[in-house]
Amino acid sequence: MKVGLVQEEGRTWSSYTTSSLPSDTRDAHICAAQLNVWYGDKLALHDVTLAVDRGTIAAVVGPSGCGKTSFLMCINRLTDMIPRCRVSGALHLDHLNLMSPTIDVLALRRRVGMVFQKPNPFPLSVWDNLALPLKEHGVRKRDELRQRIETVLREVGLWNDVKDRLGHSALALSGGQQQRVCLARALVLSPEVLLLDEPCSSLDPLSSGMIEDLIVSLRGRLTIVIVTHHLAQARRIADSVAVFWAQAGAGWLVESGPTQQIFDSPQHPITAAYIQGHRG
Amino acid sequence: MFSINTLSPSRSDYLLATVLRLCAVLSGVVLLLVVVFLVQEAFPALRHVGLVRLFTDDSWHPTEGLYNLLPMLWGTMLVTIGAVSLAAPLAILSAMFCQFYAPVSLARWYRRLIELLAGIPSVVYGFWGLVVLVPMIGNLHPPGPSLLAGMVVLAIMILPTIALLMEASLAAVPQEYLHGALALGLRRWTMIRNIVLPAARSGLFASAVLGVGRALGETMAVLMVCGNVVQIPHSVFAPVRTLTANIALEIAYAFGTHRSALFASGILLLLIVLGIVVVADAVKPRWTYGE
Ligand SMILES: Nc1ncnc2c1ncn2[C@@H]1O[C@H](COP(=O)(O)OP(=O)(O)OP(=O)(O)O)[C@@H](O)[C@H]1O
Ligand SMILES: [Mg+2]
Repeated sequence: MKVGLVQEEGRTWSSYTTSSLPSDTRDAHICAAQLNVWYGDKLALHDVTLAVDRGTIAAVVGPSGCGKTSFLMCINRLTDMIPRCRVSGALHLDHLNLMSPTIDVLALRRRVGMVFQKPNPFPLSVWDNLALPLKEHGVRKRDELRQRIETVLREVGLWNDVKDRLGHSALALSGGQQQRVCLARALVLSPEVLLLDEPCSSLDPLSSGMIEDLIVSLRGRLTIVIVTHHLAQARRIADSVAVFWAQAGAGWLVESGPTQQIFDSPQHPITAAYIQGHRG
Repeated sequence: MFSINTLSPSRSDYLLATVLRLCAVLSGVVLLLVVVFLVQEAFPALRHVGLVRLFTDDSWHPTEGLYNLLPMLWGTMLVTIGAVSLAAPLAILSAMFCQFYAPVSLARWYRRLIELLAGIPSVVYGFWGLVVLVPMIGNLHPPGPSLLAGMVVLAIMILPTIALLMEASLAAVPQEYLHGALALGLRRWTMIRNIVLPAARSGLFASAVLGVGRALGETMAVLMVCGNVVQIPHSVFAPVRTLTANIALEIAYAFGTHRSALFASGILLLLIVLGIVVVADAVKPRWTYGE
């Protein structure tokens, strides 16, 4: 299998990228090499080679349909649940081979949290939204539940809003509050990686700003991969940026590198045009 | 809703709306006529026998002027409750299997099979019950034709319909919930129990109520396997007669007050169905939690 090859010859694949990787790849937390995703016969993501350093924020940008969501879903193996979806290539989280059919995906998803584009709190109370994953992963004592839920709700700035109505439906909250519940739900399991799929796209600027601040405050503690359509947002918060593009229906990675470099001296004409387009 | 006028519709829109309204009025009128007809036909019995005696007479012997409907009412209720309580849990299991556990290709075939089963005429189920089930029960505990046979045959008969409806309500649970649950590393069963079932409960409940409606009205299959003895059963092995079977059995030769009493039992059935609809609507679980 290709997988072993990449692990042993750790550095060989960095030559596939159009620009240098963020930093020394041996420190990389998430490592993808020649990653392909198929939906049935349709190639959705082609040959993506990308590394994300531990504790940094990586932004994934690109036009609609270029495989950004597909890329995120490989990292927590949500691709498993899509019928006829196939992934090939190499993908590692630390030393864990994510392509292996035998890994414990439940444990993996505990380490890798995800927030979706559309707020999707469960149709349960705020408390149950957060207690459910905790209980599932072995936290049973009510004191501990309470303490962890309070901590995480404070962290996402929701505690004062909901502390008196933890028993009320999470669906009764506003869209921004719902998205923060989802963020809290992902954080409550203390993951080491957080995947954010356009978390602000359905929110007003104020809620969007709150979530952005929260993401920045998590830098260093977690490795964050955020998909966003706001180039300005990517520039503000990301340490590195990966530009995806769609060609003949298949998404591919145009260029990746430190944020500064991508925005100030893009190597690839597509990147330059994309950034230019958003400036103009 | 927008009224027709605010949308300033085209002529064809207007025509369609008129036709649809006529259809709605027509079905309402038909229902009304059925009720009026029933009441009219039942009136002699209600006047000569009286409402009270329909439930307090010594027995159902119309030729001797005894008109107690209570044993048949019991028969209908017990058969229905038994059938639904057998069928509903199985239907939930079947729906969960098809929606969450079966591989896609298997699920497709399984669903087709159930659709096929739902289309089998009730008399065929009755026939099967008569030839296979009744002798089996007879071996276990004579005589064979019994409340139990009715429950089981009815349960098998309504199972495909309820299972299909329940699967549809499970499928209607938004995908986002499922993605959210899987992304948190919840096990499939945790996801189903804590998120899917609560979210789908009003649909599941409605499916079961529809099953009750079908079981109540079923005539042929129960007539064939229940033994049709007019009595309040003391065990599941005792034969019973349901209201519907009673009408089907006796209407051919009944006349006078007897005939009228059968129409009164028809009204009783109608009232039971109405009662179930009202109660179901009142206790129906809400779609969302705590709102
Ligand atoms: N479940 C699926 N089945 C089939 N094709 C899919 C599926 N999900 C995505 N695709 C296809 O794969 C390609 C990449 O989709 P993906 O959702 O990853 O794009 P994206 O970059 O996240 O787009 P957006 O910015 O609109 O969210 C698209 O062409 C899409 O049509
Ligand atoms: Mg997407």
